[in-house]
Amino acid sequence: MTQTQAEIAPALARTRRAPRETLQELLPKIVLAPSFALILVFVYGFIVFTGFLSFSGSKLLPDFSTWVGFDNYVRLFRHPNWIVSLKNLAIFSVLYIVICSVIGLALAIFLDQKIRGEGLLRPIYLYPMALSFIVTGVAWKWFLDPGIGLEHAMHELGWDSFSFRWIKQGDMAIYTIVIAAIWQSSGFVMAMFLAGLRGVDNEIIKAAQIDGASTLTIYRRIIIPLMRPVFLSAFVVLAHLAIKSYDLVVAMTDGGPGTATWTPALFMTKFTFGRNEMGMGAASAIIMLMMIFAIIVPYLYSELGQKK
Amino acid sequence: MSAASQDVATRNGVFARAAIYAILILFAVYYLLPLYVMLANSLKPLDEIRQGNMLALPHQWTLAPWLSAWSTAQIGVSPTGLKPYFLNSVMMVVPAVAISTILGALNGYVLTKWRFRGDTIVFGMMLLACFIPFQIVLIPSARILGLLHLAGTVPGLILIHAIYGLGFTTLFFRNYYEAFPTELVRAAQIDGASFFQIFRRILLPSSGPIIVVTVIWQFTNIWNDFLFGSSFSSVDSIPLTVALNNLVNSSTGVKEYNVHFAGAILAALPTLIVYIVSGRYFVRGLMAGAVKG
Repeated sequence: MTQTQAEIAPALARTRRAPRETLQELLPKIVLAPSFALILVFVYGFIVFTGFLSFSGSKLLPDFSTWVGFDNYVRLFRHPNWIVSLKNLAIFSVLYIVICSVIGLALAIFLDQKIRGEGLLRPIYLYPMALSFIVTGVAWKWFLDPGIGLEHAMHELGWDSFSFRWIKQGDMAIYTIVIAAIWQSSGFVMAMFLAGLRGVDNEIIKAAQIDGASTLTIYRRIIIPLMRPVFLSAFVVLAHLAIKSYDLVVAMTDGGPGTATWTPALFMTKFTFGRNEMGMGAASAIIMLMMIFAIIVPYLYSELGQKK
Repeated sequence: MSAASQDVATRNGVFARAAIYAILILFAVYYLLPLYVMLANSLKPLDEIRQGNMLALPHQWTLAPWLSAWSTAQIGVSPTGLKPYFLNSVMMVVPAVAISTILGALNGYVLTKWRFRGDTIVFGMMLLACFIPFQIVLIPSARILGLLHLAGTVPGLILIHAIYGLGFTTLFFRNYYEAFPTELVRAAQIDGASFFQIFRRILLPSSGPIIVVTVIWQFTNIWNDFLFGSSFSSVDSIPLTVALNNLVNSSTGVKEYNVHFAGAILAALPTLIVYIVSGRYFVRGLMAGAVKG
């Protein structure tokens, strides 16, 4: 009697639970669905929307009644401001990526030499990453301002011939933005490389040392080649930050003097909201997206692929 | 943690080590200089900045620029200081961080413990969303906020920040839960624990570190945001970064550099404090955002 009950009870429970089980099966998808739907609409749907806009004659407001084909793109690439923006992006991203990587790798290698006070230095190198680009921009804007900043300070100290007015010079202003951006991000790159260095297998180094390899050789031939994945990650992060660079430019120069420090991101907002050229603004955003995807998609594909 | 490359170090000469220390300290000065300049000059009267040396400590110390930046400086059309905008930022950041973190945790849980066909694609699409240049969504977002009657409001900004933070929060939790033993989840399931019970009783108790990482990451990003803030806010909802930029780059009136610096530090203070208190987690978030896996 008791035996049969014990056998029947779970079976009953199972049948009674059946509808709940299907709900339980669906529940994960129901939980995920809102987020995924939001991403679908607000990211991918909006990309499509902006894509359509870029082929429309929209000026002040979205206008899907006039189609202009590739006209916005043609006008975009004929517009001197866009050409300046692309040129600046090229200068900015090359210098930013290369110098951040060099400083980051050098600092990481130096910090990895059993340095006393590493615990103090590391947070000092990294804290700019916690700041808003607007704050960074304000600090560097006035620090590099010839009227009150570095140049003025040097004159006060008696070095009268000292001159540093790049931020006011059309041909040099973009480099001041590079300086501020490197200040902000190089510590972060250092942290990435330091994590990489700390992950290098001890045995390989020991073997090389026994073979009589010099410190320089060990770094050049063994450790730095092992850092390849870190270089790749740093490149992807920095390149995507460079393409998005907007806040810092707005805070430091707002594109000036003239259009000397325009970047694609600045172009997009200025043309869309300032000059009522929504079609061209959308086209410029599409170009930015294509640049970022060209870097990110292969990277994510390989990162996700590796885990399978 | 291996001391691999540190073994190389022991073979360096004294001179080389001195040079290394010199370079490291030089860079520390480079990183600290702008902060020092901001701090020192925020405590000087304006005349002293104009006539004196920006690198010098104040002769005549004053807190007036700080008070002005906080409560009386002219921002836009009204002399309110940064205070109301600071509050706007707080009201925007707290719900946006909470919503995106909770949803990210649930998404990470589903994507690792309740896998289904196509989950990699779903995750891939959410991941890719982290990296889009936000210029691409600016125009349609403005339209949607208008349609929802949220244009120029704090709730509108919360919605936008919560949505565009989802990719990263999902990424963080997914990677964290990936390493969590699935056997525990299966065992609880066999014992009849429900979807939410498993999450609350089994995963959540051990999620402390990743929650901290995610909250810090979201807090820093949303607090520091400028693009969305400047595009979707109106007078009553302007966040702090936008107000600071208005303060500094307004073309009218005397440029009060000392007030600008005080304002900049005020805007930086919350994220700086978070960084100082929990730098370890901050760095981990940065790394997780950079190196997937």
